[in-house]
Amino acid sequence: MLLEGILITIVGAATPIVLAAIGELVVERSGVLNLGVEGMMIMGAVCAFGAALATGNPYAGIVVGAAAGVGMALLFGLFTIYLASNQVATGLALTLLGLGLAGLIGEDFVGTPGVRLEAITIPGLSAIPFIGPALFDRDILVYLSFAIVAGVAYVMFRTRAGLVLRATGENAEASHALGRDVRLIRLAAVAFGGACAGLGGAYLSLALTAQWTEGMTAGRGWIALAIVVFATWLPGRLLVGAYLFGGVIILQLHGQALGINVPPQAMTMMPYLATIIALVILSRNQALMRRNTPAALGRAFVPDR
Amino acid sequence: MQLELVKRDAPSGTMLFAAPFLAIGLTLLTSGILFALMGFNPFEALYEYFVSPLTELWSVHELLLKAGPLILIALGLAVCYRANVWNIGAEGQFTMGAVFGSIPPILFPEWTGPLTLPTMLVLGIIGGALYGSIPALLKVRFRANEILTSLMLAYIALLILDYLVRGPWRDPGGFNFPESRNFSDEQSLPVIVEGSRLHLGILLSFLMVPVMWFFMSRTLAGHAFKVVGEAPRAARFAGFSSSALVYGSLILSGALAGLAGIMEVAGPIGELRPTISPGYGFTAIIVAFLGRLNPWGILMAGLLLSLSFLGGEAAQITIGLSDKMARVVQGLLLFFVLGCDTLVRYQIRFSFGAPKTAEQSAAPAAPVTQGAGDAA
Repeated sequence: MLLEGILITIVGAATPIVLAAIGELVVERSGVLNLGVEGMMIMGAVCAFGAALATGNPYAGIVVGAAAGVGMALLFGLFTIYLASNQVATGLALTLLGLGLAGLIGEDFVGTPGVRLEAITIPGLSAIPFIGPALFDRDILVYLSFAIVAGVAYVMFRTRAGLVLRATGENAEASHALGRDVRLIRLAAVAFGGACAGLGGAYLSLALTAQWTEGMTAGRGWIALAIVVFATWLPGRLLVGAYLFGGVIILQLHGQALGINVPPQAMTMMPYLATIIALVILSRNQALMRRNTPAALGRAFVPDR
Repeated sequence: MQLELVKRDAPSGTMLFAAPFLAIGLTLLTSGILFALMGFNPFEALYEYFVSPLTELWSVHELLLKAGPLILIALGLAVCYRANVWNIGAEGQFTMGAVFGSIPPILFPEWTGPLTLPTMLVLGIIGGALYGSIPALLKVRFRANEILTSLMLAYIALLILDYLVRGPWRDPGGFNFPESRNFSDEQSLPVIVEGSRLHLGILLSFLMVPVMWFFMSRTLAGHAFKVVGEAPRAARFAGFSSSALVYGSLILSGALAGLAGIMEVAGPIGELRPTISPGYGFTAIIVAFLGRLNPWGILMAGLLLSLSFLGGEAAQITIGLSDKMARVVQGLLLFFVLGCDTLVRYQIRFSFGAPKTAEQSAAPAAPVTQGAGDAA
């Protein structure tokens, strides 16, 4: 039973990271580095919570959470893509603004019980031992996270649209010369990333806890960014990476039960330490990194007249 | 209508100077609109926020008190950002400076003498520098991205501090509160203005402005940081080691943040607590950019951001505006600073009607460009 319980919590810990990371993967594949994932995510969390509370319907919360992420992302896109502002610094600005705005919006929500997103049990599959309850007796966002990863993997490597997206991230000038609207493609990718980050935030405040606390994303947006690097920009590997991290995160929940006697701060520290270790291990393999890193990542594109 | 950016041959001198003021103006305008949306009289709220803290002597003292750490941290960050090294973990380096610097008063409380305080400050510098050297090592040795590693290390530092003050470093006579023992007078920075909390550390912080200006604009090492950031190839030909500059910038900014950290706990706080900073390390990023990475600009920007902290507190007390607003204003400010930076490097043109070439016919859709026009 302990193993089953651990599996269930791993999925819960991994899902918000999967959602935020798969969005950022698409953004980075288009050649844009959006460091504002944390800000978009927390805006998604607070807006989803508020909307679900106001309407009593968690699904309204999901939609509003995604929309909040898109709104933040468009602001970022406007500045970095159309005004060619520095992507790293603007991403930081988005995070700072998002954390501030979410704190302001959520001030009255602190301590209020939220609306919980109920599980949708899939008959048959949910009866499989161990993985059934963990994977097939979950809320819609868990299912959606798998669907989005599969959808991104398909579109990115099997369709023309995916080819255009990747080409834009590799060489914006060439893509432009072929008549593609580089800036619009990138804006669309950034908006998609915002929607996914918003969904990740919505998962935190609707499914994982059904409450709002300030700063509840606790660095998950940043971890999602690291997961994209860890996955070397490949959707399948991203899923694996996020679930490995889910495992690290829930160590702090089950550590005590397993009889591990260390200070709680050391447990809380694990995901951050694991992020650093994962980055170091992956980054030292330069051949792997070079093969998949979008060549135009982080460089603004200003079309010639 | 569509938006076009036309690259300038050289950065516009007028805009170089005007852009930060334009950004401040846009921030005031947007904040005013936000205040109005929240049901406050925007003019009254803006007055409470940005003017009233300047009308009384004690709050001017507080302004300088909060500006000190912001300026000191931002001076270091500016060196990093000039060198294209993205240290965003100054909050962690600040914290580790405070932790290292607190070793003498907490572990050796009986040791008090003229050397105690200088030892604490030096340990603070060492703590921040060591912590800053970790992302440098990971970047140089393993090419790990310093943005992510420095930020993760900031979370870790805050947890280390939390563990220490709740665990081994908790004051034995402190009724189980998560605090260290209080620092004595010999373990604290002396107050320099009678009747205020202004301490020697604030003077030191402000004195670092001309020092860093001299370093960055009049020494070869300062020049090397700029060249490696602006023209990495030229830096290689000039024989500057990029690894040494990564280490140098992160260690220097870590040292300054660490010094700010120990001066905060040996100054106005007087002990170690779980929370020793209202986010100085992150706000200093805004200070560095608003000050255009220039020490004199950082001086002005630090005072302005300090004002936004104070204004937030003042407006909460007088008109009941949420103190969360301060971070919103700060976030908006950084956005506008970065957006206005575009005006320095580019001319913005709006063209109407058909684009000139066939390739341009796939140009951006109208709604987006209108929004960008507003922001510009």
